[in-house]
Amino acid sequence: MKFHHCQLSNGLTLIAETNPSVHSVAAGFFVRTGSRDETADVSGVSHFLEHMAFKGDERFSADDINRVFDEIGAKYNASTSEEVTMYYAAVLPEYLEPALQLLAALLQPSLRQADFDMEKNVILEEISMYEDQPSFTCYDHVMATHFAGHPLGQSILGSQESITALSADQMRAYHQSRYHTGNILLAVAGRCDFDLLCQLAETHCSSIPRGKTSRQIPDFQPRTASSLVPKPGSLQQHIMQMGIAPHGTDPLRYAAELLSVVVGDDNGSRLFWELVDPGYAESADLGYSEYDGDGAWMSYLSCAPEDVRENLERCLSVFDDVNRSGITPEELEQARNKVASRIVLRGERPMGRLTSLGSNWLYRNEYRSIAEDLQLIRNLPISQIHELLKQYPLRMSSTAGVGPLETL
Amino acid sequence: MTQVIHRFQLPNGLLVLFEPMADVQSASLSLLLPAGGTRDLPGRCGTASILSEMFNRGADGFSAREFCAALDNLGLQRSIQTGSAHITVSAATTADRLLSCLPLLARMVRHPHLAHEEFEPARDLIAQGLLAIEDEPRQKLGKLLRQHSYPAPWGNSSEGELEDLQQITVDDVRRHFHSFVTPTQAILGIAGNLELSALEDAIYNAFADWSGPALAEVISEALPPTPFHLPHESAQTHIGLAWDTVTYKDEHYYEAWAAVSLLSGGMSSRLFTEVREKRGLCYAISASLSTLKDQARVMAYAGTTTERAQETLDVTVAEILRLHENITADELQRCRARAKSSLIMQQESTSSRASSLARDLYLLGRVVTLEEIHRRIDSLSVERVRQFIFDHTPKSMVLVTTGPQELNPSAVVSLR
Repeated sequence: MKFHHCQLSNGLTLIAETNPSVHSVAAGFFVRTGSRDETADVSGVSHFLEHMAFKGDERFSADDINRVFDEIGAKYNASTSEEVTMYYAAVLPEYLEPALQLLAALLQPSLRQADFDMEKNVILEEISMYEDQPSFTCYDHVMATHFAGHPLGQSILGSQESITALSADQMRAYHQSRYHTGNILLAVAGRCDFDLLCQLAETHCSSIPRGKTSRQIPDFQPRTASSLVPKPGSLQQHIMQMGIAPHGTDPLRYAAELLSVVVGDDNGSRLFWELVDPGYAESADLGYSEYDGDGAWMSYLSCAPEDVRENLERCLSVFDDVNRSGITPEELEQARNKVASRIVLRGERPMGRLTSLGSNWLYRNEYRSIAEDLQLIRNLPISQIHELLKQYPLRMSSTAGVGPLETL
Repeated sequence: MTQVIHRFQLPNGLLVLFEPMADVQSASLSLLLPAGGTRDLPGRCGTASILSEMFNRGADGFSAREFCAALDNLGLQRSIQTGSAHITVSAATTADRLLSCLPLLARMVRHPHLAHEEFEPARDLIAQGLLAIEDEPRQKLGKLLRQHSYPAPWGNSSEGELEDLQQITVDDVRRHFHSFVTPTQAILGIAGNLELSALEDAIYNAFADWSGPALAEVISEALPPTPFHLPHESAQTHIGLAWDTVTYKDEHYYEAWAAVSLLSGGMSSRLFTEVREKRGLCYAISASLSTLKDQARVMAYAGTTTERAQETLDVTVAEILRLHENITADELQRCRARAKSSLIMQQESTSSRASSLARDLYLLGRVVTLEEIHRRIDSLSVERVRQFIFDHTPKSMVLVTTGPQELNPSAVVSLR
């Protein structure tokens, strides 16, 4: 594997990790924009815009986009998070050019009124679909509670009301302000020739306008708060809790990743043995999320409503014990082995590499090979875990619940 | 690159398939144990599911924690799934460590403790999983659609039934284990960067002295009637449709595959274009081919709010019925291109190769090479696919819905 990077004549950054021993190549545009960059009057516009990208531009109609992607057998899609909108495709190496051409077209859609009106229905349906998934509703609420008053608390999908009220003009203005070369990264992983890739990118990305956009990263201290969404007919209760963890450029983030595996992996972790293995809860886990300027612990519990109180106490006692006594060298070694194996297995496919390639550059302006990541994980000393716990103990300040319970 | 697949059988019946893959760093396995949900006794639906859970709870003198630590330290990613025919153990790690995992996995499936004190927690976990399905209408619909599409026990929920769980005892689980976790119909698929001779030795050492009884055929019952509606206070109405098609071993399987691909293969396919893109009726719409050994269905799903649900159902059924109309060469070519690309990308994934090997052997009695699939797909013509679709136009359809309001089923009922 070899890393390359260059800047196109319009200022767009292109990075690539080439690998001659794989069979495919994956390309993705990472746009540094998401729900945190929206104002309240356009809540949900980043995600809606991601859908509208597939409606085409002056050259390609919506039918053309889907048809040509299918003609070249691409595995393609897009996603929107709080911070990044990503458009990607994995193809056989001979189809890299048409794939790039289409992906580039997605970034400058025509945003026609009729398409906007039609797609609005699909977005409203998507919002309804997630309403029927309690764990998703719970995620939305815990983010809104934990990041109350902070842009990271803003919903990715928006609400029925905000989407209904959104106009195509508002979307055009948002698009114009966010989709610039200074705000977009093109990342490519897999089998390709970098010189050729540069030429292709130059040809197909030249019309992306130059520009730079800033992002608000306000100071943040969560208050202790909780929010319960009653669902009287449900059988299970879902609870999510959040606390402060290292931000996206903090060197402690690797320790945070390993600690979350020791404490809250879905199998073989402290929470697993205390809650899931004995049959007290269907799920009990802990994850670590890194953001621009912030970071968070997020725990998830799903169990029978009558067991919630006792199970939350069990979680709390796991967290307290780790905060007080740390973890054992054996636990750390087990987590290292799990994480190392995940890195290798995920990295075997270009599509699996693309996300970490893009995120490392977008968040930290750095490239990290699989070998470097493995070495760092293998050598991470237990003292760093204890330093992490001193600075960012497992202390959950925000709680959200979805299910039959009206109080906790 | 020529694909090499080694096949051998242990004297106890265990069939092994191995595909060496030189360009990867990993190795994966898929072990099919003939102990799936179809083997649950009547009124004891969920026995296989509890057994799957109990495989993780200690074996051969080692506690659950000891086992878990040993496998984690070998970097083994693993899962145990209960299906209708099989309990499937899937596992993957770096190629240099898979052989060290084999003896541990063999102990786990051959000598689980199935201890009395582990039974209640395992059953509680399965019960909670079933409660969670009740809360998620889309998942609940999937379960109902299967029940109404395949006769019992093939249509039974492999996860289990809440009302049956309380009747199941630890002795049922032990009986299930001794009767059905047997090498006589078990299949082991392995793919990755491994040497054949070392692998053979490791498999013989781990499994050669395993024994178990032969299995009787599973007897099928009658299908429950449809249309069926389950009232649920959900945001969307969830719609499931199913109809007959041909199985994997049928000579026309690739025509059946192409039919489903035209209908729902990519974002340029008929259902996505007509129901979502042109009419904005829903976010999620899909159809897929589900094949058991001796019967197969196409199953379609759409989720949509109540006011759009009737139109969604009617448009979807109409699109299914007119699928044979105006099939173009370009449309079929897109299906081929997507299939070709998937086949080539499979060569980057040891886990998808390992599970394909095992699945092919179960469904067909042999492994289909990627080259053969390629050839069969290339040989499809518009006329053959059109004729197949025409000859297999659904004469009846299963309709299952859940949501706040029942739909008018006439689009489906009028087929009869």
